[in-house]
Amino acid sequence: MSHVQLVNEIEKETTTINFGPTHPSTHGVFQNVLEVDGERIVSAVPTIGYIHRAFEKLAEHRPFNQITPITDRLNYCSSPINNIGWHLTMEKLLGIETPKRVDYMRVIIMELARISDHLVCNSILGVDTGAFTGFLYVFQEREKIYDIFEEVCGARLTTNIGRIGGFERDFSPRAFLLLDKFLKEFPVCYKEFEALFNRNRIFMDRTIGCGAISAERALNYGFTGPNLRAAGVDYDVRVATPYSSYEDFEFDIPVGLHGDTYDRFMVLGEEIWESIRIIHQALEKIKKEPAGVYYSENAKSIYLPPKNEVYTSMEALIYHFKIIMGEVDAPAGEIYNCVEGANGELGFYLISDGGRQPYRLHFRRPSFIYYQAYPEMVKGGLISDAVVTMSSLNVIAGELDA
Amino acid sequence: MAELTNQYILDKLIAKFGSAILSHEEQYGMLSVTADKDSNIEILRFLWEESDLEFQFMTDLCGVHYPDADLQLVVVYHLHSLVKNVRFRLKFGLPIDNPTIRTATAVYETANWMERETYDFFGVIFEGHPNLCRILNIDSMEVFPLRKEYPLEDPNRIDKKDHFFGR
Repeated sequence: MSHVQLVNEIEKETTTINFGPTHPSTHGVFQNVLEVDGERIVSAVPTIGYIHRAFEKLAEHRPFNQITPITDRLNYCSSPINNIGWHLTMEKLLGIETPKRVDYMRVIIMELARISDHLVCNSILGVDTGAFTGFLYVFQEREKIYDIFEEVCGARLTTNIGRIGGFERDFSPRAFLLLDKFLKEFPVCYKEFEALFNRNRIFMDRTIGCGAISAERALNYGFTGPNLRAAGVDYDVRVATPYSSYEDFEFDIPVGLHGDTYDRFMVLGEEIWESIRIIHQALEKIKKEPAGVYYSENAKSIYLPPKNEVYTSMEALIYHFKIIMGEVDAPAGEIYNCVEGANGELGFYLISDGGRQPYRLHFRRPSFIYYQAYPEMVKGGLISDAVVTMSSLNVIAGELDA
Repeated sequence: MAELTNQYILDKLIAKFGSAILSHEEQYGMLSVTADKDSNIEILRFLWEESDLEFQFMTDLCGVHYPDADLQLVVVYHLHSLVKNVRFRLKFGLPIDNPTIRTATAVYETANWMERETYDFFGVIFEGHPNLCRILNIDSMEVFPLRKEYPLEDPNRIDKKDHFFGR
């Protein structure tokens, strides 16, 4: 049998490989069963649920205050957005209006969280394309954001920041100092980071045209957030249905053109600059508001009374006890409230039957919804493209698996 | 462009589907319509195609369990008309002994995993779904954990009874 004949007789075979769940380049517990033809991906089947923690069931058994720490653990790269999103949902249900100063404080915290989330995503994308340095640079700055969170609420990663009705305490003078310092130093650092990446030939070759999705497909797949905007759709919850006084701010929505990894990287980068712009405006606006206002006066039924009153007045003591024990009834109602999370529209669908805990709480988790497009996005690409696509999608395991 | 009001959406749906629209309510500014489960795809397609509605974005799909109702399981769709910036909620009730409804994956690709999740937690069977299997829970699980009869933790625990907390 000649060599040519032999080659013709060998049936062409594809290889099946397990990509993850503990592969370092998957950044979390993601498993994909890839069928590859040489180095080309023929199909990908994602398996999820490795860190499912039954949040929706848990939430049905917890008083409203105690659900905030659950939301921390959804997208843990930007917990404050989840926390505040939940608080806003409860405030809408209870009919609590918050003072402008509280709204602006929340905007500052949420935009800081957005920056830190985008920093993680973009710098990890750098690591996956072979540039470790940028990652180390920006993580120093992320540390400063966490210092601000620590000053405001005492925690860094899973923040449990704020309360239903406002914040647990006012921003300290040190928090404002840290903010000023961050706003001064961060742009310098991020400019350097952009100089390393934005027009870097190797980076561009690796990311342009990789993991692309059209606007039409992205909408059909329920994409939201930066991933949708990278495909060219200018949908942003902050503008479409403003919450927490976002209508008072002036900012642009960056959009991409091709929906590929490079566009996602650029959109995230531009959003960081927009966030900086918003924080500057918020700091200016806070100065014009009456100082020392950090919670809503009409949130009395769910916001803890001041500690000195708890020790001196009967009414405050009763409220304190009821709130801590979670014996606060909410009005019956159905509500869908959403905020612009760092990676898309984070929604809370809450059904209250008038009791002390939700009858049903469903989290609309953006990464759960857009990760299902992953097989389509990596099909026909190389395995190395699959890695890059995954990290640029900003899929967070905690949010994916709830 | 005239603003799309909830009343207008409701009128259009009733004019088109008549008795299939069972009830409606408006809470916190969002219209919520309960309809007959046999016409779910027709309603979704109508909402998608009608030029002055254009509900072409499915925000969310989930299930709810009401043990005391006739139709115990409810499938809830949240739709969003991005052009008009209007949100809208659509509900279909299903009996618990035969919880079937046609899949929305033909209209919205995004319904795929959300329907799997709803199946996983409530046991709703989506007819025609390309791959209806569990997604977050382990495949060998035999119960549907978000149904109300499923306890959160060991029901034999005696230290967490309601009467200890004055309830």
